[in-house]
This record gives sequence, C-alpha cells and structure tokens, in this order.
Amino acid sequence: MRVNFTVNGRPQEADDVWEGESLLYVLRERLGLPGSKNACEQGECGSCTVRLDGVPVCSCLVAAGQVEGREVVTVEGLADYAKERACGHRSPEGQDSQTGEGTELAPIQQAFIDAGAVQCGFCTPGLLVAADEMLERNPNPSDADIREALSGNLCRCTGYEKIMDAVRLAAARQGEAV
Amino acid sequence: MDFLRPASWEEALAAKAEHPTAVPIAGGTDVMVEINFDHRRPEYLLDLNRVGELTDWEVGEDSVRLGASVPYTHIMEHLRGELPGLALASHTVASPQIRNRGGVGGNLGTASPAGDAHPALLAAGAEVEVESVRGSRRIPIDEFYTGVKRNALAADELIRAVHVKKADGPQQYSKVGTRNAMVIAVCAFGLALHPETRTVRTGIGSAAPTPVRAKAAEEFLNAALEEGGFWDNGKIITPSVAKQFADLCAASCNPIDDVRGTASYRRHAVGIMARRTLTWTWESYRGTAATTEGAA
Ligand SMILES: Cc1cc2nc3c(=O)[nH]c(=O)nc-3n(C[C@H](O)[C@H](O)[C@H](O)COP(=O)(O)OP(=O)(O)OC[C@H]3O[C@@H](n4cnc5c(N)ncnc54)[C@H](O)[C@@H]3O)c2cc1C
Ligand code: FES
Ligand code: FES
Repeated sequence: MRVNFTVNGRPQEADDVWEGESLLYVLRERLGLPGSKNACEQGECGSCTVRLDGVPVCSCLVAAGQVEGREVVTVEGLADYAKERACGHRSPEGQDSQTGEGTELAPIQQAFIDAGAVQCGFCTPGLLVAADEMLERNPNPSDADIREALSGNLCRCTGYEKIMDAVRLAAARQGEAV
Repeated sequence: MDFLRPASWEEALAAKAEHPTAVPIAGGTDVMVEINFDHRRPEYLLDLNRVGELTDWEVGEDSVRLGASVPYTHIMEHLRGELPGLALASHTVASPQIRNRGGVGGNLGTASPAGDAHPALLAAGAEVEVESVRGSRRIPIDEFYTGVKRNALAADELIRAVHVKKADGPQQYSKVGTRNAMVIAVCAFGLALHPETRTVRTGIGSAAPTPVRAKAAEEFLNAALEEGGFWDNGKIITPSVAKQFADLCAASCNPIDDVRGTASYRRHAVGIMARRTLTWTWESYRGTAATTEGAA
C-alpha cells in the first residue's frame, strides 16, 4: 500500500509498504531517515521515539497505515522544529537537508554534547525527542519530572547521570534565553 | 494482509461485520509487538485511529463514559478526580510513550491477567459498552473476562466505551514489580470504598487466569464494617478485621509460578497490598468524614 504523511515538515510518500510494517521501518528503510533507532521493536527501549502529531510515541509500535495524513517529527527534524518553536512560526519549505546534516543543532542536542551525555549514541535520538518534548511542556522540570519523562528510554552506557545533566543544562539555557 | 481504515464508527462496525477475523488496532502497543515478532499475521488489520469519538469521554451523573481509545495519559491528566483508581493504575503502565498511545479498550481487548486497568475497573464498578451492526450491549465488568487473554466479545463486536462508576470515596491501586517504570505487574491490587452503598470492592491482577474480585473478602469486610458501625463512627479498622480481609484476599487468588514470581509470593503480596490499600483508603475516608462533620 501507499502511505502519505508529513515528515519533518515535508510531505512524503512511501510506496510498496507492507500492511504490517511499522512507522519505524518506513522511516529508516523507505525514507532514508535512519536517525530513529531500532533496538527492541517492542516498546521497551524508546530509541525509536518520534513525535506523532506532536505526541512522543514509539515508532516501532505505530503501524505505517496509521500515520496516513498525519505529521511526524524525527530526530533529523528536531533542530528545525526547535527553531520554529523559538520564532513561533513554521518555515514553509521544511529543511533543505532531509537527514538534518549541515543544520545548526537544536539546543537539546548541543546540551547533550556539552554535558557528555553521548557515548555509543544509540539511545540518543530517542532521548533527544523525548527530552525536547518535555522541555516544551515543562520549561522548569524537577529531577523527578526529568526521570519520569525519560523513563521510557533506556541507555546502556551512560548510567543516566550525564543525561540528567544535559537536560538540566538545556532547561537552564532555555531559561536564560527568555 | 489488508489494512482497513474506517473513517467513522459505523464504517468500523461494517468492516468488522464483513471481516470478523480482522484484528482491531488502536494504540498498537500490544498488536504491533505481536506483528513485529511474527507471533501474529492477521489477514486484516482494522485501524481505529480515525474514529475520533473513541478518544472522547463524557462525565455523567454517576459514571464516566470513557471512549475505548482514550490514552492513559489523558486519564491521568483529566480524570484523576472522577476515576482515581484507574488514573493511578494508568500511571503505572509502561512509559510515557506507551501511555500516549495505549488505552483501556486495548487493555480489555488483550484481556491479559496482568493488564493494569482491570483491577481498577473491577474495584470501581464498570460496564463495557460493545457494539456490532446487530446492535449495542453493555457487559458488566465481572462477566467480561472469560479466560486467559479471552473476553466476552463476539467476533463482529467492537468496544465502543467503558462506563466507569465515578468515585464516591477513596480508591487505591498497588502494583508489585521489579522497578518503577516499564514493568508488567507481578501482581496488582485495586480497592475502592463506596460510602454511598457502604461497600468495599476489590480487583486483583496477575494472580489468577483472569483479573478477579476477592468476593469473599469483600463480603466479610462489608459485614464487619456494618456490624462495627465503622462507616458512621469513622473508627480505625480493627487490626484483626484488616488481617482477616487480607487473608481472604490472598485466598481468593489462584496464581501460577512464572518468571516474574512464584505463586506463593503472589499470594503473600496480594495479602499485603490488600491490607495496605484498605488502610490508606480508610485513613483518607476518616479524614474526609471528619472534615465534613466539622464543617456541618
Ligand atoms: C513496552 C510495553 C510495556 C507495557 N506495559 C504494560 C503495563 O505496565 N501494564 C499494562 O496493562 N499493559 C502494558 N502493556 C500492554 C499495552 O500497552 C496495554 O495492554 C494497552 O492498554 C493496549 O492498548 P492499545 O490501544 O495499544 O491496544 P492495541 O495493541 O491497539 O490492541 C490490543 C488488543 O485489543 C484489541 N482492541 C483494541 N481496541 C479495540 C476495540 N475498540 N474493540 C475491540 N478490540 C479492540 C486489539 O485487536 C488487540 O487484540 C505494555 C506494552 C508494551 C509494548
Ligand atoms: S525499538 Fe521501539 S521502543 Fe525499542
Ligand atoms: S549512549 Fe550508549 S546506549 Fe546510551
């Protein structure tokens, strides 16, 4: 079947999609967007987290056909998404580079780098999407809020402390900016 | 495989009537795991995401009509006052990402003994509104679970909503697992005080082939509370009564040994949760009873 939906602000059409295929598979294998990671395919790890109509979900558990006509934001589009949020409007075209290369990083991405929250990096895309959404909803999160918001994202490397640091850093910078 | 995308409830019922083997998919948090791991290859997937009314809820006089696909996140955020037991149970489900997609309709569809909505629904009192092209009916929650992962739905029926009694007293939900997030219950316990009818209802998860109420324990406690005038005098429940209640709850389980826990551990834990949830809710009832008296 064919699925039409919007990814990172751009209309996309995926062809020859198998009816039982996940959104994650479509993004990675059909649209050339490998940012969302496939680690468990059962909702346990969160490394495939994307936003579906703004809501963080595990893309491995969304059937491709369910996204027809809807909007998806992946880690590749996070920088643009954050920029548009900051200036309060959406650029009509979407970004030039589909895979997010050559664009400035989103504040949450920069914070992860600055805090040393990335080791092997496999969990990072999902964490970035989840953390960015939390900061959008809750600009002054407590540590408990951060833990709760990231409780669906597993990391096997960092022990989470640096990830906590990164989110606190992003929140602090966001606070300074306004 | 075919992917059916009804745009309305009527279309969904018509599709299910035409293809009774079609597997409905709402949040997909159970269905997609089975497909990803090749445990299930349905001929038809019936997508319910476009049926908007399934994500609506209405707060009525006595009950909340909760659309089958209302995600757990919304129950936690918007229905904590009306459905405190279910809101607490919802908060223990998996992770934010799963709670943003999954809902009570899917939990009832799967009918796993470990599903977190079930003990809360049993304790609060609920009816499942199901419909087919033949018509609509309401299944009392006590009759809904018919076996391990089996429910009372006919092949052409879909779940439209759950009618859950609005809380008229304190409710609690308790769950045993190895960590706080992303954990399937080793066992779980829901308890609701119903001061209007002077009854206590319970729900037990993961400790029998289906979610169950501890009916003998409820009957014992209802009689003991009545006899001692507890609903009126608001006294602390006698420890021997609480203990007997807990023992009867443990006895009403029919658990198995599995990777998550042994049968005897489950029975023990259910007893502990029964005593604790009774103590918590009763303390809270006494608190509110005292305030109303003071205010009157
Ligand atoms: C990582 C992970 C962790 C989990 N942790 C928990 C947990 O802690 N507690 C818990 O209770 N569950 C847990 N689950 C299971 C799952 O999230 C819940 O059962 C959830 O309520 C399912 O809802 P859904 O909308 O996603 O269902 P779906 O997967 O869409 O459907 C589930 C079943 O219900 C049927 N169905 C759905 N809607 C209808 C309808 N309207 N009418 C008739 N049939 C219908 C489907 O055909 C299917 O058989 C977990 C799942 C995952 C992946
Ligand atoms: S790959 Fe989707 S949650 Fe792990
Ligand atoms: S950095 Fe390796 S899994 Fe998180």
